[in-house]
Amino acid sequence: MIEIKSMSKIYRIGDVEVRALNDVSLSIQQHEFVSIIGPSGSGKSTLMNMIGCLDVPTRGEYYLDGVEVSRLNDEQLANIRNHKIGFIFQGFNLLQKLTAVENVELPLIYQGVHTKERYDKSVEALKLVGLEDRVHHRPTELSGGQQQRVAIARALVGNPPMILADEPTGNLDSKSGKEIMRMLKELHQKGNTIVLITHDNEIAMQAERIIRIQDGEIIEDRMVG
Amino acid sequence: MGFMQAYKMAIKSIRSNKVRSFLTMLGVIIGVSSVIAAVAFAQGSTKSITDTIESMGTNLIQVNIMGRNSNRNVTYAQIKEFSDKNSAEIAAVAPQTNSNATVKYKTNTRETNILGTSPDYQTIRSVKAQTGRFLIQNDVDNKQKVAVVGTAVVNDIFEGGNPLGEKIKINGQLFTIVGVLEEKDGGQDEGADDTVIIPVTVSQRLFRSGTIRNFAIQATSPETVDSAMDKLNEFLEKTYKDTDAFRVFNQAAMLENLNSMTGTMTAVLAGIAAISLVVGGIGIMNIMLVSVTERTREIGIRKAIGAKKKNILVQFLIEAIIVTGIGGLLGVLIGLSIIRFVIGGLEIVPEVYSITWTMLSFGISLIVGVVFGLFPAYKAASLNPIEALRSE
Repeated sequence: MIEIKSMSKIYRIGDVEVRALNDVSLSIQQHEFVSIIGPSGSGKSTLMNMIGCLDVPTRGEYYLDGVEVSRLNDEQLANIRNHKIGFIFQGFNLLQKLTAVENVELPLIYQGVHTKERYDKSVEALKLVGLEDRVHHRPTELSGGQQQRVAIARALVGNPPMILADEPTGNLDSKSGKEIMRMLKELHQKGNTIVLITHDNEIAMQAERIIRIQDGEIIEDRMVG
Repeated sequence: MGFMQAYKMAIKSIRSNKVRSFLTMLGVIIGVSSVIAAVAFAQGSTKSITDTIESMGTNLIQVNIMGRNSNRNVTYAQIKEFSDKNSAEIAAVAPQTNSNATVKYKTNTRETNILGTSPDYQTIRSVKAQTGRFLIQNDVDNKQKVAVVGTAVVNDIFEGGNPLGEKIKINGQLFTIVGVLEEKDGGQDEGADDTVIIPVTVSQRLFRSGTIRNFAIQATSPETVDSAMDKLNEFLEKTYKDTDAFRVFNQAAMLENLNSMTGTMTAVLAGIAAISLVVGGIGIMNIMLVSVTERTREIGIRKAIGAKKKNILVQFLIEAIIVTGIGGLLGVLIGLSIIRFVIGGLEIVPEVYSITWTMLSFGISLIVGVVFGLFPAYKAASLNPIEALRSE
């Protein structure tokens, strides 16, 4: 599913070289539920950007679902993100001017799915996260937990092989946070591959496998027991 | 992502920012409506001038004698003979001498224009005697001291009395009034009604000038104007042996000159108005750039979940085009209303509706939308998704 070989990412800030990722190798199988944990500045955000195809590495190879993505151009990366990755962000990142269903439709719009099919699929995805009665609400009319569920529906709707969640509970109260984690576990049970990025040990422990990262290197990679 | 989808997105974004969208449009609205109104005004003025000239008759040919050569001259008799010989082309000839003189009736005097001419003047200039008669050929041939007076003169020196049959003195010589001209411009001073018409032969003697400087000649039809002019040129050249000594021209040539002049005027007015369109375009670019900055996060989200550069580019570009398109349409409506209600209402110039200029200004507004929308759209499309997502 994911195969990363000796990946490095070097940022140049003035004359100083910052090695955000240093020779990281990593592989994640299909249907796994993996947490990537590390303090801020550890390189986990950089790793997430790489895994999410938002950025390309300085060195190394990255195979996602059999495709080598580290040398693709912007256009091709956009295409991979659109078809292979469902994003869930800390800050929900919903478009405030669109309704719940319109937000969920976005990935399908860029896939070129037709209006009717798009709408049906999106409502279906909202049902899956228990928001069938909030279809035409705008984000401002929803609670934080509900907004994150809309985001999950948006991540799911295109049926991507991998769901990439970046601190999905970070902006939520503990009750809503638990609800979201329960939902992710449910999705995992249904067969989705989930990669969760967090700094919170307790959250990370809910995955099957934990990858700990520090100073741009993997320092721990173990199954949760 | 299809065009329809981009269109829907743009409409949604425009509607969610109504005030800003309207302000953006304002520049285009003002630009387009002022182009349309300015051009209509210019074309209206042109029309009123050409209408006046055309009402004078397109068959009219003017001959001006410029040279001060008294040895060679075209007399009234010569040109009359010439026109009688060429009656296929020339319908009428009226010599014109204009002099200023004092007209006296009893103790009343008035400075006015004394026009010496022949009976043909009546048909060529379409003037009429409202009472009495106009000049007749006998007056000219026998140098009769008769006069036809304009209403401005009548009102002044006759003080409302009936002038027919009365005698007036022009430069000390007695003339009998045989007719009063029909009023042309309300009896104003120094206008068409402020004149006294006498036989050309009498005027030549009265003012001691042998040369007749102007002839008004009517061709038999618009088709014979050119050959009549050719013959006139030939005839005058033979007399003067100098092509610079005279000038033969007609309404068509005058109209052509006028058209090129008013064409320039239209272009200048339209150009000034078009500048406001460009300024409107800059306004669009300005507001679109602000909008791109404001919507950086939206762009980041869209890109993260799979929008390609061209999707974002098209979205913003279509937004710009729709804003200018709606602005252009409103501008057309307002421009046409200005023609109908302001120009038409004030009746300064005739209402002229130009399809060409309406389409042109609307088309230009769309082009302005594309051109000035392109840079902000490109800027939006080029945003890095990671940085865009980080922005608040």
